[in-house]
Amino acid sequence: MSVLRPLDKLPGLNTATILLVGTDDVLLQQLAGSMLKEDCASELKVHLAKSLPLPSNVNRPRIDLIVFVVNLHSQHSLRNVEESLHHVDASFFLGKVSFLATGAGQESHCSVHRNTVVKLAHTYRSPLLFCDLEVEGFRTTMAQRLVRMLQICAGHVPGVSALNLLSLLRSTENPSLEDL
Amino acid sequence: MRRDPAGDVGRSQEMDETVAEFFRRTILKIPITEMMTVLKAWDFLSENHLQTVNFRQRKESLVQDLVLLCEEKRASLNDAALLDIIYTQFHRHQKVWDVFQMSRRPGEDIDLFDMEQFKSSFKKILQRALKNVTVSFRDTEENAVWIRIAWGTQYRKPNQYKPVYVVYYSQTPYAFVASSLLKSNLPLLGQALTVASKHHQIVKMDLRSRYLDSLKAIVFKQYNQNFETHNSTTPLQERSLGLDINMDSRIIHENRVEKERIQRVTQEIFGDYPQPRLEFAQYKLETKFKSDLNRGILAEREEPLRCLVKFSSPHLLEALKSLAPAGIADAPLSPLLTCIPNKGMNYFKIRDK
Repeated sequence: MSVLRPLDKLPGLNTATILLVGTDDVLLQQLAGSMLKEDCASELKVHLAKSLPLPSNVNRPRIDLIVFVVNLHSQHSLRNVEESLHHVDASFFLGKVSFLATGAGQESHCSVHRNTVVKLAHTYRSPLLFCDLEVEGFRTTMAQRLVRMLQICAGHVPGVSALNLLSLLRSTENPSLEDL
Repeated sequence: MRRDPAGDVGRSQEMDETVAEFFRRTILKIPITEMMTVLKAWDFLSENHLQTVNFRQRKESLVQDLVLLCEEKRASLNDAALLDIIYTQFHRHQKVWDVFQMSRRPGEDIDLFDMEQFKSSFKKILQRALKNVTVSFRDTEENAVWIRIAWGTQYRKPNQYKPVYVVYYSQTPYAFVASSLLKSNLPLLGQALTVASKHHQIVKMDLRSRYLDSLKAIVFKQYNQNFETHNSTTPLQERSLGLDINMDSRIIHENRVEKERIQRVTQEIFGDYPQPRLEFAQYKLETKFKSDLNRGILAEREEPLRCLVKFSSPHLLEALKSLAPAGIADAPLSPLLTCIPNKGMNYFKIRDK
């Protein structure tokens, strides 16, 4: 089964699992570490993958949130994410997928244009977050946000669902993007 | 011995002004923190002499005192040249080194190498060709000799401020030359080296770097010696998962197998040892344009395209080694990159076959 589906497994008791997909292994690991440092009522699990599809012979819990990490310094990381997106079922994009762009702070090193990721996120109707994962302060803040998002996506926050969150996060600042 | 009250002025006239200036400029180059070490290595001024000088004063005054001391002790141009060699030995990466390889005719007998004979022969060849040339030698370990050559012309005295340095390892056919701006003197230098060391031919290798020790390691194939043995007791799995051996069990690597493969491939190619240090690799391409589409102006072009690709880094080989584990490139890397220490080249010319 090479396509990830959101509801094909039963949830674990009080468990929330996030999948981080990206080529920058070091950054993903650091982000995972920051997330696990947060105080959280739910049991968190972080899966790190370079790309999709995931190896199929593994027993893994239900994935509640996928974050695709694009490094703006690397065309390779963007291409990797674009190809991985094909292995995700459409129903995941109802609030359980998010994009994270890192490296925007170092303008001179960026080879991927900001608009490219904006368009990509728009195409998949998913929120786009910017964070320089190398900076510890920013990374901690982002980790807090992701933990909160994860809890909502796992259904651990009463009254708020992933779809609610998606409509709340939808950005209204660039109406012209709707025409793309 | 009576001291002349105006003695200093009188005595300094015994040393040539240009030599005194050469001393002054050479000593001035030496950083204060290294001054003692360099002067001791030079061994021209004894402990007692050095004790008469105040090393805590301002550098200009210290240098002046040292120059006066050298004048007193009747230091010659050769002594100054020797000091220059020692300074360069301490600061060898301020120069860019080329590598030359000599060869003998097949079947030629190799006599026992005589260092003194080499030196005198080398000097004679240069002096016969160019009347004005300063040649100085300093022996070092591993049967090596550092040679300093200051070039002049038929009518001009040698320029002491643009010398060429040669490091020749006598038990090998290799010589390292610090690039000089005077390219016209290179053939003569090559000839002197070849004849004096009883070789037949000399060829410049496509290898260049600031780090003389790394060049040595590459050329003498000494870079793959692994002195660390404690790593071998750690199982591959733990080492390969990168940053933290005591990792949180709540973090799961989905691509563990792939990561291990990358670590294994990287280790096979680059080994466990520290890589020799190079600053760049340059590829000159003269190839025809290849396209999948079979269309377009470039594809129709008959002549090859000329293109230069240069990779720079403070430590190129370590950077290349970390590319695949960092997820920036796929493993294995292109053999054009990984063959650098093996082939002993960092300048490549690539043409269509």
